[in-house]
Amino acid sequence: MHALDIDYMLGLVPILLSYLPLTLEMAAAGMACALVLACLLAVIRVSRVPGLNAFALLFISFFRGTPLLVQLFLFYYGLPQVLTFLVAINGVTATILGLTLHFSAYMAESIRAAIVGIDRSQTEAALSIGMTRAQLMRRIVLPQATRVATPTLMNYFIDMIKSTSLAFTLGVTELMGATQKEAAGSFLYFEAFLVVAVIYWIVVEALSWVQKWLEQRLNRAYQR
Amino acid sequence: MIELKGIRKQFGSHIVFDDVDLQLERGEIIVIVGPSGTGKSTLLRCINFLETPDAGQLTVGDLSLDATTATRDQILALRRRTAFVFQNYALFANKTALQNIAEGMIVVDGIAKREAYARAREILGRIGLADKADAYPAALSGGQQQRVGIGRAMAANAEVILFDEPTSSLDPQWVEEVLGLMKQLAAEHQTMIVVTHEMQFAREVADRVVFMDQGGIIEQAPPSELFSHPKDERTQQFLRKILAANKS
Repeated sequence: MHALDIDYMLGLVPILLSYLPLTLEMAAAGMACALVLACLLAVIRVSRVPGLNAFALLFISFFRGTPLLVQLFLFYYGLPQVLTFLVAINGVTATILGLTLHFSAYMAESIRAAIVGIDRSQTEAALSIGMTRAQLMRRIVLPQATRVATPTLMNYFIDMIKSTSLAFTLGVTELMGATQKEAAGSFLYFEAFLVVAVIYWIVVEALSWVQKWLEQRLNRAYQR
Repeated sequence: MIELKGIRKQFGSHIVFDDVDLQLERGEIIVIVGPSGTGKSTLLRCINFLETPDAGQLTVGDLSLDATTATRDQILALRRRTAFVFQNYALFANKTALQNIAEGMIVVDGIAKREAYARAREILGRIGLADKADAYPAALSGGQQQRVGIGRAMAANAEVILFDEPTSSLDPQWVEEVLGLMKQLAAEHQTMIVVTHEMQFAREVADRVVFMDQGGIIEQAPPSELFSHPKDERTQQFLRKILAANKS
């Protein structure tokens, strides 16, 4: 057993931090796309759009039912062999695509549950004053469903940030990939992976604060 | 003028009512009474297609439609000509009292926000809640919530306001303020159809009381007549029961 090489660890921090933006960008892009797709899927599920509903069910079943790593390999290594125009797909794009599809499947279900949870009488009230279904969704249901779903969605976002580390298996040098390279050069694996673990931890902890603040804001209308 | 003709509603093979006719003139106030489970609320909900009638014709103001052929646009047009007050208030939980009242004017009628909020404030004054403009439903008492519910219906500027047991969910101490507001509307000759168990309200305010029982409307008459000389056996029985219950 050797003592921790503190100097090495401190020196590693700025190097690894320079890869943090890419990690956050992939997570942010994945989250934005996943939110849009999940809302779409949820609305399809709730309004039981014929045909599309069956597709949504299949989609959700597949992307929840298979590991994210398998999906990433499928998109990055597998799909270009079948769809040759995808040969140019790079690791970052494949990661964002994988995160989007994978997490949208989970998020669709929690958004659907939140929509269904809005009490039915508000729907009737909106219809009774002459709103269309679309207006009802946009003005009454989705704003309230957002509040209900926010804690779960934030958890998925946190999960997504951590899952970007899988991008290194597609050859992307992001936070995890960079750490792997540094460790392989110095043979100080414990130090290197400890530093990266703490960086992830701090990012997630910061996000938990944002989550708390957001939930308080969204709850304002419901306080007695 | 409001006219229902030959309205039928069934759930599966169970016919709730059939061949219901009802007419009212502008400014008329009708109270529908009857035992629970006889389709009073269902009839009310058929008037704005919250329930789709299985047969019959509906006329509200300048709009006439047939239940079996009604299009989406006709239904929207019908709902713009009617307003509904719910038993459980059904306020939009994500909107303040003011926004609840203004919402329909902005989204459905396309009135500019400034103007809509100005009108909504005026309505808040009329329902006695001028100081609660920015309160969310969760912060209001049951009585206050129902008054906002009525305010939202007033804002729709509808031909008729349909009240579905507006005081049945209220704690007793709030019932009077809601009935008071409804009386105020009645005094302003707002056309209304009210389903309620408040016989005193029916007696005081209704131009006509409609008694419903299994299968449809049994009889209708001005309150003085219906309450003192009910013609049908079932009406007599119902009134005996409910008056006895009110005394005890």
